[in-house]
Amino acid sequence: MDPLPELIQTAQATIAEAGDSAALDQARVHYLGKKGVLTERLKELGRLPPEQRRDAGQAINEAKQALETAIAARKAALVAAALDARLASEAIDVTLPGRGQQPGGRHPLSRTLARIEAFFVGIGFAVAEGPEIEDDFHNFEALNIPPHHPARAMHDTFYFDAHTLLRTHTSPVQIRVMERQAAPVRVIAPGRVYRCDSDLTHSPMFHQVEGLLVDEDVSFADLKGVLDDFLRGFFERDLGVRFRPSYFPFTEPSAEVDIQCVICGGGGCRVCKHSGWLEVLGCGMVHPAVFDKVGIDSERYTGYAFGMGVERLTMLRYGVNDLRLFFDNDLRFLRQFQ
Amino acid sequence: MKVSERWLREWVDPAVSGAELAAQLTMAGLEVDHIEPAAPAFESVVVGRVIDLVSHPDADRLRVATVDVGVAEPLRIVCGAPNVAVGMCAPTALIGAVLPGGFAIKPSKLRGVESRGMLCSAKELGLAESSDGLLPLPADSQPGQNVRELLALEDSIIEIELTPNRGDCLGMEGIAREVATLNRCEFRPLSTDSVPPVADTVFPVTLLDPVDCPRYVGRVIRGVNPAAETPLWMWERLRRAGVRSLGPLVDVTNYVMLELGQPMHAFDLGRLTRGIEVRRARPGDRLELLNGVVVEPDVETLLITDQNGPLALAGIMGGEISSCTDATRDVFLESAFFTPASIAGRARRYGLQTDSSYRFERGVDPQLQRRAAERATRLLLDIAGGQPGPLVEAVSPAHLPAEPAIRLRPERLRKLLGMDVPAAEVEEILRRLGMAVAIEVDHWLVAPPSSRFDIALEVDLIEEIARIHGYDRLPGNRPLTRMEMPPQPEGRVALERFKETLTQRGFQEAITYSFVDPAFQRCLDPERQPLTLANPISADLAVMRTSLWPGLLKALVYNQKRQQTRIRLFEHGLNFIPAIDGLRQEPYFAGVATGSALPEQWGAPARPLDFFDLKADVEALLALSGEPEAFVFVAVPHPALHPGQSARIERAGAVVGWLGALHPRVARELDVEGDAFLFELRLEGVQTARTPMFQELSKFPASRRDLAIVVDESVTVRAIQDCIDRHGGERLREAWLFDVYRGKGIAVGKKSLAFGLILQDFSHNLTDSMVEKTVSGIIAGLAGQFGATLRV
Repeated sequence: MDPLPELIQTAQATIAEAGDSAALDQARVHYLGKKGVLTERLKELGRLPPEQRRDAGQAINEAKQALETAIAARKAALVAAALDARLASEAIDVTLPGRGQQPGGRHPLSRTLARIEAFFVGIGFAVAEGPEIEDDFHNFEALNIPPHHPARAMHDTFYFDAHTLLRTHTSPVQIRVMERQAAPVRVIAPGRVYRCDSDLTHSPMFHQVEGLLVDEDVSFADLKGVLDDFLRGFFERDLGVRFRPSYFPFTEPSAEVDIQCVICGGGGCRVCKHSGWLEVLGCGMVHPAVFDKVGIDSERYTGYAFGMGVERLTMLRYGVNDLRLFFDNDLRFLRQFQ
Repeated sequence: MKVSERWLREWVDPAVSGAELAAQLTMAGLEVDHIEPAAPAFESVVVGRVIDLVSHPDADRLRVATVDVGVAEPLRIVCGAPNVAVGMCAPTALIGAVLPGGFAIKPSKLRGVESRGMLCSAKELGLAESSDGLLPLPADSQPGQNVRELLALEDSIIEIELTPNRGDCLGMEGIAREVATLNRCEFRPLSTDSVPPVADTVFPVTLLDPVDCPRYVGRVIRGVNPAAETPLWMWERLRRAGVRSLGPLVDVTNYVMLELGQPMHAFDLGRLTRGIEVRRARPGDRLELLNGVVVEPDVETLLITDQNGPLALAGIMGGEISSCTDATRDVFLESAFFTPASIAGRARRYGLQTDSSYRFERGVDPQLQRRAAERATRLLLDIAGGQPGPLVEAVSPAHLPAEPAIRLRPERLRKLLGMDVPAAEVEEILRRLGMAVAIEVDHWLVAPPSSRFDIALEVDLIEEIARIHGYDRLPGNRPLTRMEMPPQPEGRVALERFKETLTQRGFQEAITYSFVDPAFQRCLDPERQPLTLANPISADLAVMRTSLWPGLLKALVYNQKRQQTRIRLFEHGLNFIPAIDGLRQEPYFAGVATGSALPEQWGAPARPLDFFDLKADVEALLALSGEPEAFVFVAVPHPALHPGQSARIERAGAVVGWLGALHPRVARELDVEGDAFLFELRLEGVQTARTPMFQELSKFPASRRDLAIVVDESVTVRAIQDCIDRHGGERLREAWLFDVYRGKGIAVGKKSLAFGLILQDFSHNLTDSMVEKTVSGIIAGLAGQFGATLRV
């Protein structure tokens, strides 16, 4: 029988060399199992003289404890090594692309419409809609454009019959809103409009956003303030904005609104025809004749209206140089606006 | 309106540059489109007088001229112009001159004869589109004088895009008044002294339609010189305004129109019979116009007629038969006021728009006719001589436009503009604009000049004041306003969420025309008769869509033709659906998809898109309603869809949309490559949402059982699902299909369906026997209804 110290040394070595949990378990059974070496030695304590038993028993128990600790440590080491090996085997190339669907995107005009709406909804405008096939009354007559008015010639209208047409602007929504709603009114009306004209700079269908505010004390200066803020917000730049007198039959006074050219910064370029300014909006104070048509008292109420071309704003904002791209729906174009 | 800056400055000459002047006009509402030089650049072109002319020895059409250019030695110049003559003065390009287009003049030999310079036509100097000979210069011109100086070519042409309300600025006088007002300069109207008659010849005028023509001024001038020529200064002014010279009689009328804004007409008196009658057209009236077109005017058209019938479309265009020619000796001048209403729209009806109709439509000053007639007479006498008769005026004062007196209240001015304009400035602006201003107790009473058709209301005056005071001086206010909370209806899915959902699922938003190709439309929705445009932009954009599919498929084909194979597009917009109760304009939401189910990638097998891929996209949209179970897909054929892969989508019995594979025959007709899948939803039908309502959670554990059954192919999953739900009772919390199997072990004509079931109770733990009881109830129900058997 080996002396205990040698036995422990051998056992420690066996445990340390155990290469997997099976070998470790075998070592445990061999030394500590029911018939293990140390268990047997404990059983043999009885044969010792009584005065030696206490010390011998203590030594065996200490040896058992030492081996149990060594086994636990070895076990932990083996688990850790196994995990390390597994992790190493599970390493991937994290630069591989993700799996599944890839998102598409919004049409640039729809993106612009959403931005415009957000600006005005943010200051309390509601969004209104109207039909695209309109009648002569709402598209022209009620907007103070009687038959044969020269302004009609500028509209290139698509007709179905003498009284039915594709709306040439979003302004008829003004009328429809005021017909069904008493003052005060605060709406914007985005939508498709149509003109019978098609070339490099004209599309037979395009988009406008109309705005209308009617209340008891609305002034031209209020209109200027709101459009100044909008245009600077839209372009996220401290742009020059100017009001220039113009003419629309349904507003008086009327103005065209120009912004400092966003392409050249006002120095003059091809886009602004070397003027440094870009026309982006038409607006004015609601004409009393329009209020009369919808039964609003033009002495008590005043109001402003504006209309902007969504394609133009989109082109300027994102640098699109060809109007026709918007309606070709070429994926190579659309994907640029994700 | 093309305005010569030099001419304008003869009226009013403020101390501002041309560019500043243009900026002023633009900022006053007379938008300057562009400024261009009155003539292209050229130099070393001088007045040359032809002092001798001989035939070219070797060329029939060429002649050799000796030309005095103001230096000791005359030049010998070979010339091919038909009108070259001894004694005439013509522009002469000297050796070294560079003409427009970079044409350099060098000594040359023409058919053996040396030529030292070139005699020029208007075209060669860039002053005309075409020329048929040398540009004749006044016979008293000084040889050697620079032609640019002689013709005052150092001038700019300011092109103004006038808005339709500013008919008063369709003449130099109106623009001059604006410029004078803007610069606070003195404005002097053109003096138009009356020309005393030297003969008593009159040609009577009768107004049969005084509503449309309340004033008509005429004058006979006899014995004009038919050989007279338009003076160069007038020729140049007409040219700069873009008006072609047509001989002195017509040129004078056009010149007065440019100067004062009054369109005029010169008739050949010799071809008129009895008097003039101004009347509406009658059936049978026919007229050959100056442009050679024969019209049969309708009864709304105003005519100038004589005994023999129509002479002119009033205010639009004269007739051929009574027009002035090179032989005309006796002239009848017309200077009339036709109301805008009588002319508006008429010219377009005949496919015409003339300088005259353009002005009358916008409003010609009804007080201008006599002045214009006097001015034209004076010019005509100066140029072509003749004996003027007295002016004849037919007028119906009751029908002339009313001259309003408009009340302008200072507080209204302040309220509408949101700024103060000092009273003195208000009055000054209005007066400079030619208005009579009377100061009343608490307002002004303002009478606009008769030329301003656009001023009838107080707001019109307010605009004038703002315009002249300067829009750029207007403050920008941030108004204080009542705060109001807008409704945020939860029972309605915002359109934005539909769009977001599909973009997250790989769709790209498209915007297509609302008018579509009738062929596409017929293919995709043959049962509906679309609304047709009376004047489409082209034949393939002629009908209004009743479905978003035609536009989307066109976009799909467009992309396929550009090497795109995987395409997923959606669109939102109105469809225009004719219905018994009238046209319905309804918003729809639709999509098309083709190509692989997923973008080509390393980590997922390539698989073509199928019906159920798109169905998942549709279900994602329907789920936004909060009650996806409310929607059912019913196998119903649709003319555009594959008959075996077509589903009508219903909610509470109402059709809300369609989903399916594009019919292969339709795909072929539309040139669509491969299988395409489409859906379309009526927004109104899918936007209503259920507001969530909390349901108690069970505290007891759930049990899962799987159930595989075999049924006939014809049994739909939907029907089985309904049956399971019905027989599952309260304890069945969830039941879903997780496998469909056909093939080995399953008889032909049958299919195996596997469902997962979750059972749970609210009051106690479920024992195995409770679970078995529920499941066997379900099995019995399926067996009874469908003859379903358990799969072994």
